[in-house]
Amino acid sequence: MEILAFGKTGWGDELFYATLMTLAVSITAMLIGFIFALIFTPLKLSKNKFLNLIGNCYTTVIRGVPELLVIYLFFFGGSGAIMYVASIFGYYEYIEINAFITGSFAIGIISGAYSTEVFRGAIQSIDKGQFEASKVLGIKKHIQFYKVVLPQMLRLAIPNLSNVWQITLKDTSLISVTGLVEIMRQSYIAAGSTRDPLFFYSFAAVLYLLLTYLSMKLINKLEVKYSRGY
Amino acid sequence: MDFELMITSFPKLLNATLITLKLLIASLVFGLFIGLLFAILRMNKNLIVNKFAYGYSYVFRGTPLLVQIFIIYFGLGQIEYLRSTVLWVILKEPYWCAIIAFALNTGAYTSEILRSAFQTIKPGFIEAGKSLGISSKIIFYKIQIPIAIRQSLPAYGNEIILMLKGTSLASTVTLMDLTGVAKYIISTTFKPIEVFIVAGSIYLFMTFLIHTTIKYLEKKFSY
Repeated sequence: MEILAFGKTGWGDELFYATLMTLAVSITAMLIGFIFALIFTPLKLSKNKFLNLIGNCYTTVIRGVPELLVIYLFFFGGSGAIMYVASIFGYYEYIEINAFITGSFAIGIISGAYSTEVFRGAIQSIDKGQFEASKVLGIKKHIQFYKVVLPQMLRLAIPNLSNVWQITLKDTSLISVTGLVEIMRQSYIAAGSTRDPLFFYSFAAVLYLLLTYLSMKLINKLEVKYSRGY
Repeated sequence: MDFELMITSFPKLLNATLITLKLLIASLVFGLFIGLLFAILRMNKNLIVNKFAYGYSYVFRGTPLLVQIFIIYFGLGQIEYLRSTVLWVILKEPYWCAIIAFALNTGAYTSEILRSAFQTIKPGFIEAGKSLGISSKIIFYKIQIPIAIRQSLPAYGNEIILMLKGTSLASTVTLMDLTGVAKYIISTTFKPIEVFIVAGSIYLFMTFLIHTTIKYLEKKFSY
């Protein structure tokens, strides 16, 4: 237990902050994923063939390519792309992007592809009569979305979104390759300096289990809340 | 766009795909056995056996694959006792460590897929078998397993694709699989987009093949 002490003698505080970092990256990535899903879900549901193709390409490519490869693309290509854009505006200095931003963006794009599929499925399974009824009542399009489609969609989407959250949470372990100090990276550092990889990686596994367990408890509560009346 | 790099890196990446495929097939074969074993244990009425199987699948599905590989590759080598046994011959090779981690991981997911497939079998099938006087062992092998395989095909197809993507983690334990070679080329040439397009296309092609095969099998086994 001494090895997990807080302060300078143990790895407790480091691992605690690393856990917070994992949570922060996961939540940021999940939110970025929602933004992507908000853009690509309408594209996937669109009747326009070209827009439809763009939406399908996004989800197919991201879900068919390993997460690690996407992370490498962002890690090695991220600052290059930003520098290219900056050079158009006449800025030629070296720009380094923060590992947190690169990481959560890479994971966000991946989680967005899964969220898009979830939202598409949820919207498609809303009864057609709901759309027709709101039309008959003369409800405006955006109010229809917020007051009719969204509440029903959320109820259907939450169980699947909890899966996406689990995937996202576990994917953040891959960002450790970029050097961001989250659970995995911190365990790697601790294992290296104490030569006790078995303990630290097992402890990392326990931390991940704890995170997934607690978040599942929370999501189940949400699920109950949104399925009131059903 | 550096098309020359794309063309020169293609054979290298294709060569590395062979390792990816080997890892995938080995872990799927072992994983299927583990999955079947734990699915049967999950249906056992003994509470301890049942909880053990549940715990196994909960732990392996609740932690990242990366942690599992690191525990097996870096962690197990630490146990002095293991180093003196025959197991060490296997455990010192990153290739086998990766396969063990992948097989245990996919085994956990497969056990859940198979369990739900077994549970959705209509009791009528089993009762029909019983009333025909077929022994319960043969009912299991000739009725329950074939139906379960058909029921679990779509979900298992997804699991194969997830495992294909999972094999990319082998590159973190020094194996030069498709992702490992892609990362090596990216870090030596600093042309991430070109390499990503080539490596990504190879992965997408494999995903497409798996998807088509599963769709074909689903059609073939449908009743």
